[in-house]
Amino acid sequence: MNQKTLKRIKEDLLERKPTFIIPKNIHPLEQRIVLKNYQVINPEEINEYIARDGYFAIAKALRMSQEDVINEIITSNLRGRGGVGFPTGLKWKFALGYQDNQKYVICNADEGEPGTFMDRHILEGDPHNILEGMMIAGYAIGASKGYIYVRAEYPLAAKRLQKAIDDALALGILGNQLFETDFSFYIEIRLGAGAFICGEETALLESIEGKRGNSRNKPPFPAEKGLFGKPTIINNVETLANISAIILKGGAWYRTIGTEKSSGTKVFSLSGKTKNRGIFEVPMGISLRDVIYNIGGGMQEGSIFKVAYTGGPSGGLLTKDHLDEIIDFDSLVTLGSIMGSGGIIIADQTNCVVDTVKHFMEFNQEESCGKCTPCREGTTILAKMLDDITTGKSSLEDLEKLKHLGKMVSTTSLCGLGQAAPSPIFSALEHFYDEFIEHIVNKKCPSGVCEMATKKGDEQQWKN
Amino acid sequence: MEKLIKFKIDGKEYTAYENETVLDVCKRNDIFIPTFCHDDRFESEAACRMCLVESSNSNKLMTSCTLKPTEGVEIQTKNAKVIEARQEVLKLTWASHPNDCVVCDADGDCKLQDYMYYYDVPSEKDYNIPIRDFPIDDSNKFFYLDPSKCILCGKCVNVCDQLVGVGALTFNERGKDSFVSFAFNKGMDYSQCVSCGNCVSVCPTGAIVEKTRIKFRIKETRKVRTTCPYCGVGCQFDVVLKGDTVVRIDPIDTTPNEGLLCVKGKFAFRYINHPDRLKTPLIKKDGVFHEVSWEEAYQVIVDKINETKKAFGPSAFAGLASAKCTNEENYLFQKFIRAVIGTNNVDHCARLCHASTVAGLATTLGSGAMTNSIEEVKNHDVIFVIGSNTTETHPVIGNFMRQAKKKGAKIIVAEPRKIDLANEADVFVQIMPGTNVALLNGMMNVIYNEKLYDEEFIDSRTEGYDEFIEVIKEYPAERCAEICGCKAEDIKKAARIYASGDKAGIYYAMGITQHSNGTNHVKSVANLALMCGNLGKESTGVNPLRGQNNVQGACDVGGLPNVYPGYQKVHLPEVHAKFEKLWNAKLSDKVGLSLPHITNGAYNNLIKFLYVMGENPIVSDPDITHVKEAMERIDFLVVQDIFLTETAQFADVVLPASTYAEKDGTFTNTERRIQRVRKALEPVGDSKPDWVILQEIMTLLGYPQHFNHPSEIMDELASVAPIYSGVDYDRIDKVGLQWPVYGKNHPGTKYLHKNKFSRGKGLFTPVDYYGAQELPDEEYPLTLTTGRVLYHFHTKTMTGKNSEINEIVPINFIEINQRTADKYLLSDMQEVIVKSRRGETTAEVHITNKIGDYVVFMPFHFADGANMLTNTVLDATCDIPELKVAACEIVEKI
Repeated sequence: MNQKTLKRIKEDLLERKPTFIIPKNIHPLEQRIVLKNYQVINPEEINEYIARDGYFAIAKALRMSQEDVINEIITSNLRGRGGVGFPTGLKWKFALGYQDNQKYVICNADEGEPGTFMDRHILEGDPHNILEGMMIAGYAIGASKGYIYVRAEYPLAAKRLQKAIDDALALGILGNQLFETDFSFYIEIRLGAGAFICGEETALLESIEGKRGNSRNKPPFPAEKGLFGKPTIINNVETLANISAIILKGGAWYRTIGTEKSSGTKVFSLSGKTKNRGIFEVPMGISLRDVIYNIGGGMQEGSIFKVAYTGGPSGGLLTKDHLDEIIDFDSLVTLGSIMGSGGIIIADQTNCVVDTVKHFMEFNQEESCGKCTPCREGTTILAKMLDDITTGKSSLEDLEKLKHLGKMVSTTSLCGLGQAAPSPIFSALEHFYDEFIEHIVNKKCPSGVCEMATKKGDEQQWKN
Repeated sequence: MEKLIKFKIDGKEYTAYENETVLDVCKRNDIFIPTFCHDDRFESEAACRMCLVESSNSNKLMTSCTLKPTEGVEIQTKNAKVIEARQEVLKLTWASHPNDCVVCDADGDCKLQDYMYYYDVPSEKDYNIPIRDFPIDDSNKFFYLDPSKCILCGKCVNVCDQLVGVGALTFNERGKDSFVSFAFNKGMDYSQCVSCGNCVSVCPTGAIVEKTRIKFRIKETRKVRTTCPYCGVGCQFDVVLKGDTVVRIDPIDTTPNEGLLCVKGKFAFRYINHPDRLKTPLIKKDGVFHEVSWEEAYQVIVDKINETKKAFGPSAFAGLASAKCTNEENYLFQKFIRAVIGTNNVDHCARLCHASTVAGLATTLGSGAMTNSIEEVKNHDVIFVIGSNTTETHPVIGNFMRQAKKKGAKIIVAEPRKIDLANEADVFVQIMPGTNVALLNGMMNVIYNEKLYDEEFIDSRTEGYDEFIEVIKEYPAERCAEICGCKAEDIKKAARIYASGDKAGIYYAMGITQHSNGTNHVKSVANLALMCGNLGKESTGVNPLRGQNNVQGACDVGGLPNVYPGYQKVHLPEVHAKFEKLWNAKLSDKVGLSLPHITNGAYNNLIKFLYVMGENPIVSDPDITHVKEAMERIDFLVVQDIFLTETAQFADVVLPASTYAEKDGTFTNTERRIQRVRKALEPVGDSKPDWVILQEIMTLLGYPQHFNHPSEIMDELASVAPIYSGVDYDRIDKVGLQWPVYGKNHPGTKYLHKNKFSRGKGLFTPVDYYGAQELPDEEYPLTLTTGRVLYHFHTKTMTGKNSEINEIVPINFIEINQRTADKYLLSDMQEVIVKSRRGETTAEVHITNKIGDYVVFMPFHFADGANMLTNTVLDATCDIPELKVAACEIVEKI
């Protein structure tokens, strides 16, 4: 494969199919970079991807030095879309710095937070874009092998990725000495087996290595010692989906989009009580009001906006006081929440915050790998404490204990799961303290969700 | 020069070496850091979060087991924030832990208990969640697995996976529901568990505890450090005693075993306090043993010795030294036979195992012992195992091989049986018993043709290459494959892998040595190593694995008919004169009889008096019918042992000796390391340590020996044997010394032949292939090979006194593959009679895919077992019998 052949494929196809039909349901506030081919091309047709400038970015990157590719990403200020928002270029730079005869690129496609489904659409709608992002990453850090860790619950995504890999191999886009250079790259798919923790990057590494999905302590970071002990970068699906555009149009262009510290666009998945739900891609910095009342089309009939949950069970809450706050990595952190991977759940007056936080904690408890003591035992105890609040078996003293334990779990846990698990509690206590007090002191659930223990005996029994 | 990092811990300045963690530095400086999951031997998991410290570089608390200090950083290990975190971790751990310390086996021996005490965490639960409630798994015969008491530190799983390399234990489920079990939670029998008990040793709580028959609290016990009495690895452990009863064995994390043990070392200690121990001397009158006093027994022996000596002269005597006894005892024993009796007719069971090694390696390299140390095993890049079932016979060395494999080493296995290690090998060559030379010549042919040899090494450090290579040219891989019954491609693959090694080690045992041309097999191994220059470097060499705890030492100190202590040859006049002077006695200058010839001598009435110390030839020697007849015919037999063994039953006088746990002394392990054996309890009954018995008899015979302590015997040994000359008890107190140790300032020798071979230049020997002496024919169509199993040791004298061990391997068995079994219409577990030209035995049929067509395997542990069938034909050079190959037939189904 070379640039010429690529061009010829593109021109051939454009002759037969001069225009692609752009879907009509794109909201005016949207700007599609990651989703540029979503519902536009046939994801199982490699030529259609090529016709939309697919694989021109890797061809271009291969004519650049590794450092220049990384600098382009650094210039773009692309930050990891998996949730933490670590600068992608910097991660690559670290991995390039570690000398080894084998390095790896991993695409983390183990999307699992409740209320998130962007990656699924990206994978299903434009699989080649992920492969291209991985290839560019592989070239930049000196890796010849990539893995896509995709959850088994996304069979269509896995199938289309495999087809994409096979087609790319057949065309000579993947394989040895690509685009007439010394660069070789292969990609394999690894299926998850239903554990949320395997989306945590170090547990994901263990899983690919064939081990139980337990988190590893960091440092060493995967860039130094990752898969099979080799330098490895793990990027989220959406992060990789941005790479080809940045290489083709330049980091400076990308930086003009979004906010100063969070450049580019973000794909959100909107669910809950708004009229419109689904995924949309907007420049970073959209306001919560625009999300609900513009893109979301407002609240459903009879629903009054009460709270938005962002970042899922490791995230936090936004209220009507935050409607005009903008959404990007840093602003949400200052509000006591996180953007996470982009799931936004909109809830109305029928939602009990304490109950939801309890469910989040039960989710964390269920999904904790069990390796470290604070997360394994702590999430169990926190879930129990929250359950006691929602059933009227709690006291104000217990609330103090809850806060203390939450703090301890977040400061002493091994990986992100445990460290972030208590976050919704703190966010909920900050914005809905009164609801907790109602539950604890007056044994009442203001939203009418929680069933309070009525019998006096219950409390007694628990004290034992 | 290693980089040093200066930083502060609790306000005081400390220095870290590169790659050290904060925990390492704290440990080195006695700064207390609590840990549950950490173990120096494997990578830190940072799971338990007990070792959290505060670092000036981070606003989060950091686990000291993973934190590498940076220049100038300030670490706090005991400020309020750190203490609070540790207390919280303890409260969380305790929250779901059963509050039943008072009835827990681990009370007083539990880290959770200790840390809660240190950190003032009350036993009243701070959090209200259900207590862990899991059924106890008692499927293992030696220990319970109680997941309710587990704090999920993961040490057992890690030790099993990373250090033992077995991976029998695993975590199940997730989060709070997680628990440790055997694989798939289906119990021990469905897992790869080898009952090594290393999980028991590392468990910080009462979750994995030994099934113990004697109740004890750790505060009631005392510990004595000593050396394991089983195989030649020489593992270091603490004997834990309550009063004078051994209640537990705790491994020590030091060289050579690095805290690991096998099932025998860890659990097979019941024989020490076994009721069947010999407690008084016995004299046989009219075929019945009578208990007598030591004086009476000594008098009978002394009178008989004098009488026999007068009538038949010294050459009518023979003595069997013991690979189980200490160096000091073997030294005294051979001195007794040589200086007091006046004959060199002294030998021991090394004749049966590594006589060909001593002969073969001494000729080619100059020293008949392992060239490398056990600690070097895990650093090989290629390991070639031939004729050794290492994971069963030398389990801890097997563990290190697996660790090497995990670090990337390639493994080649050549064996008639598909042993456990074969499953992990990069190439496994299944060869017919007795065809090693063909395989090795074939490999060398490939190495020659493909120019994979080390020309520079051959030129500068060896001799005899030209003559040798002419023979090799006759052995193309295809021809050899036909002889060995394997694929030529596998021979080529093995050759290429071995030759590619930068640090290649060959490990062999009885599969190489026990042949009628065993010396040639050994020489062939040496040829291969010499050809590739794989000698004289760290983690590179030829390593005969010695089978018994002190078989190396018994040879070193002169328990052989041709050499005095330190391999000084008896027939050399200057040596002979030296020892006559040293021992102040008239010595024989004739090489004595070897073990098979002693037996034959007894059979032919030439040997009248045999003194056996801690050996059991009636089980261990080939052709038992012949050995029994010899023992019957002998005029007078003295057996000194800890039990009334099969051989002792033939004795005229039986003397009760002490086990290793009841005496001081030294054992020399397979890596030539002289290690301390320490007295842990008083001798049982009236038994006496062998050295005491020997010196009392020697004194009564008019050769006064009055050593107050075995250390004095060692001092004498050091003064006569140059390779031991630097050894004394002070120097070997902690980690022992590896011979040669030339003088008090010599540091000992980690690996041999560094710049020069012990004999000068390495000698290539042309070795042609000859098959075994007895090959299958129409009458006896099966090829029998013998060996050891993991659970039993040698003639079962010690292991057979442990009921759990006997439950696992209760009776003699024969391994046969399905195809061969079908020919005989045999079914699994049925009993059969197996016959050879020498005799017959019964065995339980074990149908297995481990073994080739028409080849059968039988362990040699059982009385009247495999050695009823084995062949007595000897290697002409070293007198080792061909125990590894005999023709046999299955004659009757029971």
